[in-house]
Amino acid sequence: MENSPDSAPPLLEVRGISKSFGAVRALQEVDFTLGAGEIHALLGENGAGKSTLIKVVTGVFPRDAGVVRIGGEDIAPRSAKAAVAAGIATVYQEVNLLPNLSVAQNLFLDRQPMRLGIVREGEMRRRAKALLADFGLDIDVAAPLGSYSVAVQHVTAIARAVDLSARVLILDEPTASLDRHEVEILFGIMRQLAKRGIGIVFVSHFLDQVYEISDRITVLRNGRLVGERETASLPRLELIRMMLGRELAETTSERATASEHQARDVCASFEGYGKVGYVAPFNLELRHGEVVGLAGLLGSGRTETARLVFGAERADRGQARVEGAPVRLQSPRDGVRHGFGYCPEERKTDGIVAELTVRENIVLALQAKRGLHRPLSRRDQDEIARRYVKMLDIRPADPERPVGLLSGGNQQKVLLARWLATSPRLLVLDEPTRGIDVGAHAEIIRLIRELCDDGLSLLVISSELDEIVTYSDRVVVLRDRAHVEELAGEAIDVGNILAAIAADGAAVAHEAHA
Amino acid sequence: MRGLPPALITAIVLVAGFAACAVQFPNIASTRVVGNLLTDNAFLGIVATGMTFVIISGGIDLSVGSVIGFSTVFVALAIERWGMPPLVAFVAILVLSAAFGAAMGAVIHVFDLPPFIVTLAGMFLARGASFLLSTESVPITAPVYSTVSDFALRMPGGGRLTTIAIIMLAIVIGGALLLHLTRFGANVYALGGSRATASLMGVAVGKMTVKIYMLSSLLAGIAGIVFSFYTSAGYSLSAVGVELDTIAAVVIGGTLLTGGQGSVIGTFLGVLIQGLIQTYINFDGTLSSWWTKIATGILLFAFIALQQGLVALARRPATKSAGAAT
Repeated sequence: MENSPDSAPPLLEVRGISKSFGAVRALQEVDFTLGAGEIHALLGENGAGKSTLIKVVTGVFPRDAGVVRIGGEDIAPRSAKAAVAAGIATVYQEVNLLPNLSVAQNLFLDRQPMRLGIVREGEMRRRAKALLADFGLDIDVAAPLGSYSVAVQHVTAIARAVDLSARVLILDEPTASLDRHEVEILFGIMRQLAKRGIGIVFVSHFLDQVYEISDRITVLRNGRLVGERETASLPRLELIRMMLGRELAETTSERATASEHQARDVCASFEGYGKVGYVAPFNLELRHGEVVGLAGLLGSGRTETARLVFGAERADRGQARVEGAPVRLQSPRDGVRHGFGYCPEERKTDGIVAELTVRENIVLALQAKRGLHRPLSRRDQDEIARRYVKMLDIRPADPERPVGLLSGGNQQKVLLARWLATSPRLLVLDEPTRGIDVGAHAEIIRLIRELCDDGLSLLVISSELDEIVTYSDRVVVLRDRAHVEELAGEAIDVGNILAAIAADGAAVAHEAHA
Repeated sequence: MRGLPPALITAIVLVAGFAACAVQFPNIASTRVVGNLLTDNAFLGIVATGMTFVIISGGIDLSVGSVIGFSTVFVALAIERWGMPPLVAFVAILVLSAAFGAAMGAVIHVFDLPPFIVTLAGMFLARGASFLLSTESVPITAPVYSTVSDFALRMPGGGRLTTIAIIMLAIVIGGALLLHLTRFGANVYALGGSRATASLMGVAVGKMTVKIYMLSSLLAGIAGIVFSFYTSAGYSLSAVGVELDTIAAVVIGGTLLTGGQGSVIGTFLGVLIQGLIQTYINFDGTLSSWWTKIATGILLFAFIALQQGLVALARRPATKSAGAAT
């Protein structure tokens, strides 16, 4: 807007958008402005509200408050179709086209050229061919879309969106499944479209690509607008700080003295552990009574590391050891057998069983570990459930209540209790404080500290750097699916972590996909 | 065109089967037998055309057999007992059955229920309603019926192309044109590819669902009228289990049971294959008619296995071209 002092309204203007799902406030007073011919990156970590914002703007979700204007006119689309009619088209990461139809049918579905009620197949193919030629694609448009590569499908989706007279094009993680060469082609197309005056919203977690293609960046965090900047004048470190949180200056580490843990025994170790195309080989030592934090941006390989450690994903190289003895971790069962526990990030889908009671959820892993032949008696179950409800202060303190009725923080505690009941030696926590209110937040962190004082070894993933700095004895930093830095002792502070994440290495995000 | 390769295999099986039968019983290779085959399977061809649309769209319609049964009883009673002119009775049953199908489609879409359950309920409902009308076989003596039955196009070689066979052929051709050449047809394939995606791409999924089940039931109603011409009676137990024969014909014709691929022509060939097996058994004279079911079962297995193979083959070039792009 600085460069257009005249009073012409911006192409897309979003003001004060709010959206709640039940008690969760997914978006609060978010603004977003997109000019014609601009490529605008929308960034933020998981749960920052990017997808919610896109879905509100495109009419998939109704909004609670705020306005959306296109060229100065208020719009309130109630469906994706209405949004398209208003000039906003979206291309999602999973291509939303029909693989069983021909390329031409996909491009012209529901708006085929007709004569006397009959689709003019030849005319449709000719137009499809001409349309794709604009995007540098020369393919047989009569062949099923599914017979082409993902890159071709993406370009087809974009061609369709643009041809639907889109003025605003939203690309949600369009490069996630493309290789370097295909990304170049896509970027060429994006630049060409921008030249034609189309505004493009680019959602991606590949920062290299964001810097390569975007003119401007808007960052969301925890459903709020953090800021909007010119890409050229925004240093990478500053950007990552915006995405991950607070100002550097405020964070002085208040950790418990880490040194006393150094002498402890190694609980589990991983040498040259990794999987091709998943996580680059890494070395990791986890000691009893120690908290190791995994830091990095979304998609940097944190969850992937956790899954390898637990055995949820099979490593294809390297050696894992438990208490010094070599072990093979091929499935979660192996992990459980060696005394590992894993609380996944997607609590709702991968963790708790909402219909079962607190008691049933807590004894689930213990029962699985014992096997079906040795059922836990009801009295034992009650005893275990009561102990952990008390120990972790799960509220309401009713073991017979279905877990689905508990708050997020208490569900997280139930999940913790489930693994603690198996007396694990190593517990992996993936975003243990995600979606939990501030009070419960502090409590979970206190629990993490207490648990490791009891000799448990913990591997914790978190996007909240302040948090990681508070409880970690060591911090492993990941970037582009590789472990790039390990910080210990005094070196652990938010600034060092940010610097490690932002380090502009030669590593290209796409190596992982190649 | 889409769906033709599997249908081509169906055609090859049909031709090979016909040739094999003709070698053993030379009389089979006559217009007379072919004419009878078309007449005997006219109702099946009509209802299978509708089922093809339903299955390509990713659904299933278990109610068609019952709708046929209901239609025969309704038509018989309307003409013989209630004194309706035959044409009025036909229009009435077509309106009724179309409304019935539209209602099932609406229920499937609005309540987001599996078509299997909804049309299963429809199946019981229609069959029960036909018992309510009459539990006995009601002969139809209206003059129209004998006129229509007597009329036939002479084919060279003495074969007769009856009225109901002509109706069936017209519906098959019309169905093929509707499916392959119109926007409606393209939307049917789109729904079978993915309902959610089709909806995002602007297809009015709800309207389409209603129309598809309406078409299927409407054709089942026509099949019912044709069946009443074929038997000159209305009976509440007629066409029991026909929905399964119909589904078999559609699948043997190369339509994917999971939706998204298929053709009306393939379905027609599937109907002819079932008719051919029946004819062979009639000629043989010693085989029990249950062998039709057994042969159909074996063919069904073979075609499903074949489709899985084709699907697996179709996936391979996709990965290859992606690799070539790097």
